[in-house]
Amino acid sequence: MLSVGDSCRELGVVSVQRNSLPMPAVGPNTSALIPSLDAESSAWIVRLRGDSPDREQALSDLHALLLRATRFELRRRTAGQPHLRGGDREDIAHQSADDALLAILAKLDDYRGESRFTTWAYKFALLEAAVNVRQRAWQRREIPLDADHWALIADRTSTPDGVAESRELINALGNAIDQSLTPHQRAVLVAITLNDVPIDVLAQRLNSTRGALYKTLHDARRKLRAHLRERNLDIHAVRQSE
Amino acid sequence: MSPPDHISRDQLIARVIGPSEAELTCDECFDALDRYVELELDGADADRVVAGMRPHLEGCPACQHDYGSLLAYLKSRPKSG
Ligand SMILES: [Zn+2]
Repeated sequence: MLSVGDSCRELGVVSVQRNSLPMPAVGPNTSALIPSLDAESSAWIVRLRGDSPDREQALSDLHALLLRATRFELRRRTAGQPHLRGGDREDIAHQSADDALLAILAKLDDYRGESRFTTWAYKFALLEAAVNVRQRAWQRREIPLDADHWALIADRTSTPDGVAESRELINALGNAIDQSLTPHQRAVLVAITLNDVPIDVLAQRLNSTRGALYKTLHDARRKLRAHLRERNLDIHAVRQSE
Repeated sequence: MSPPDHISRDQLIARVIGPSEAELTCDECFDALDRYVELELDGADADRVVAGMRPHLEGCPACQHDYGSLLAYLKSRPKSG
């Protein structure tokens, strides 16, 4: 099964020709319809089945829906981004809708009717568009992985210097990042939480997956919390003050 | 280095140490996202039904982004989809 971090291109489809999408056959389980499904969602599943006489039209209708969603995401995410011209934006919207359609067809058997079919489908379209935008935005940018400037970052926050408790916590956290993490954990933590590097961009650069990197981040955070707890620093107060 | 200048120290610390509650993984989050967002839009207790989602969204900027997109898109559409 593909994970979120895997692009549909990993299905083995390198480039997708507009209007002539190669369609993976839908597996046999789809015919066992989900009893609780609303009529519209059921209709989608029936129409998308491999043996449906209406399949071509259903694919075209679904692609049109996905394209509306990817255009929405593109508009939302690229406002004020000069590196994306209108034509590029439209290309990414189409590419993302193509990718989303392939992902949906490959995962159709996983649809359990826990939401409307269109809601389920939109999330693939929005994800593909978001991933494409994030990859574009970071295409030629170096990914900062070091935490050398922790003190500098901490000093730039809006909290006045006189607040002693948070100063102490900041210092302890800086030490914990330096001392208690492996180099890989430190790099992942710093990139994602301090430098706003999107996790899927980082996964691509490090030849990893979104799931694997989040696990690394999760483990790193657990170590940091343990480090602070050992020094009796109250991280709970921080969580509550958000 | 690029954390936003306007965040407080507490927010910076929270970003780094993340949620302490049990949370979903990114894959589990994506699997449940459509259901979670529909429940939320229907006014149901989405956090009770999909336990672990809220802390994951707090700790994972990319999933928070994807959640925000689905929510915004559904809100922008007529109810039928
Ligand atoms: Zn996530």
